[in-house]
Amino acid sequence: MTTAVSFQNICRYFGPVRAVDDVTLDIAEGEFFAMLGPSGSGKTTCLRLIAGFEQPTSGHMEIFGVTSEGVPPYQRNVNTVFQDYALFPHMTVLDNVAYGLMVKGVDKATRQRKAQETLTLVALGSFGSRRPSQLSGGQRQRVALARALVNEPKVLLLDEPLGALDLKLREQMQVELKALQRNLGITFVFVTHDQGEALSMADRVAIFNEGKIVQVGSPEDIYERPKTKFVADFVGSSNVLSPAFSKSAGGPESWASLRPEKISIMQGKEKAPTWHQSANATITAAHYQGSVTRLNARISSGETINVTVPSSQGKFAEGEKIILHWPKEAVHIMAGEA
Amino acid sequence: MSFARSVSNSLFKHPNWFLALLLAPPLLWLGIAFLGSLFVFLFHSFFSIDEFSGFIKYEFTLSTFAELFRLSNFDVIIRSLVMATAVTLASVIIAFPFAYFAARYARGKWKALFYILVMLPLWSSYLVKVYAWKLILAKEGIISWLAGELHLTWALDALLAIPVIGGPSLSISFLGTFIVFVYVWLPFMILPTQAALERVPVNLIDASSDLGATPAQTFRNVIFPLALPGIIAGSIFTFSLTLGDYIIPQIIGNSSYFLGQTVYTLQGTAGNIPLAAAFTVVPIVIMGIYLAIAKKMGAFDAL
Repeated sequence: MTTAVSFQNICRYFGPVRAVDDVTLDIAEGEFFAMLGPSGSGKTTCLRLIAGFEQPTSGHMEIFGVTSEGVPPYQRNVNTVFQDYALFPHMTVLDNVAYGLMVKGVDKATRQRKAQETLTLVALGSFGSRRPSQLSGGQRQRVALARALVNEPKVLLLDEPLGALDLKLREQMQVELKALQRNLGITFVFVTHDQGEALSMADRVAIFNEGKIVQVGSPEDIYERPKTKFVADFVGSSNVLSPAFSKSAGGPESWASLRPEKISIMQGKEKAPTWHQSANATITAAHYQGSVTRLNARISSGETINVTVPSSQGKFAEGEKIILHWPKEAVHIMAGEA
Repeated sequence: MSFARSVSNSLFKHPNWFLALLLAPPLLWLGIAFLGSLFVFLFHSFFSIDEFSGFIKYEFTLSTFAELFRLSNFDVIIRSLVMATAVTLASVIIAFPFAYFAARYARGKWKALFYILVMLPLWSSYLVKVYAWKLILAKEGIISWLAGELHLTWALDALLAIPVIGGPSLSISFLGTFIVFVYVWLPFMILPTQAALERVPVNLIDASSDLGATPAQTFRNVIFPLALPGIIAGSIFTFSLTLGDYIIPQIIGNSSYFLGQTVYTLQGTAGNIPLAAAFTVVPIVIMGIYLAIAKKMGAFDAL
């Protein structure tokens, strides 16, 4: 498999701030790759390094085998969909889309035809003569996408492209983007702070924290087998079990993660299955959320465990004594924590 | 309920009254003192003056306007127009890099320094500056001295030998008038240009570059069109201020008349109010045509 983007010990410092700190990463051709992390974790700077808006302070970078240090953005076969779309306000939608072809010297008839085709691809075929200011947020987002795609980039960079859309539109665009990526076969590098978005769309996810990549893997890997407390907590707010608690519940003495939905509860006097680990707890808060109810339960050591149970299981009251239990295999030992 | 309370309540219920109250004083001032007097004055351009008595004949006529096309009068118009155009173009060329630096690169201390540098000349007296320039440009002034020290007197002489724009010295030539005009009006070009450039979002420049545009293409296709409304705003200042000024050409130059001076003389010493009024119409018409062309060319599309 060809490597689309390769980072080798890449650092990018802004004065004393280490925005990107020794990142080594390979993104395969045709992959839908998500960079996930809280704001300020270095994911956007990584994207800007690929686009060429930033130059690495040290390290080596390649895009399709070509060294990219010192190569300006306009000489890279990489295009970006910006967070706020960055459409040119003084041009029509069609001229916006045709811009990349225009500056490369493609003749007017050809570039307008290609721009029109790409607009049709994103279902905006009849909007070419409008101004960006006359479009809705979702439509602008599609124009930004068309403007990048018309250049047939080898890598498409997306900087939180769905952040400004409302929930319903965002979910619809997630499906469309994913389908588009499959059909076109272009490498997508997608930056987001929304873990649901990253998990549902990406082939692989890199989790960023404080300028470093803490874990790279498939969405399932990241969710089921977090390497560190940070990943466990950031992706899906997992329960982080201290070594002492893991041991008291019948497991090995090490940091572990336990997904809230993997925990069952018993309210009565039934006994937990013997192959399960268990702990006594007191409900401190119950949040009804429709199909599920989220419980905060305090265990004897004082730690709080989050539990997600089907609302159909019954009613829960604060202060109620319960027993938490879970299958042994639901506990994931985090190798990244000493 | 107190009186003040009931007034504020009724204003709250009738926002239009509030708006009217707010706008009345400035509108009255603008309408009566400013536009009113201007229109009364312009109205006189449709009258004529009796050649013998020197009194105004209050009869509608276009003959005063026809007089504008008399060779000596038309010369003044053309001269002013060429000067104003040259001053505006030179101001754009000088102001743009300065404004670009201030908008894109200057931060904190440097930005403050920029504003002080641009505004400082505006804080001192206009007349003092113009007389200072007369000394700078004079035959024994600092420029000819410097040219002498650098053994460039020949270059200065060659410049002054150019017909029409040259003259016996810089202070007695159109070239000198031009230099002082550019100096005096430059801040009025820099400030709006800088404000417009500051409003060009950085990510549009990134986007252009990302789509394959070289810096020169980005400048031509994105930065310049988006800064154009600011440049047009600046050019309205430099253009109309040059057209209307009557002091600079009187102090620096070869005593050929410009529009401002002509109006000043006609309504003062000559007492020919109708012709002065007709001359006043000229810059208004020119600005109207200029703005119409600018709009047609899409200069305001980015607003």
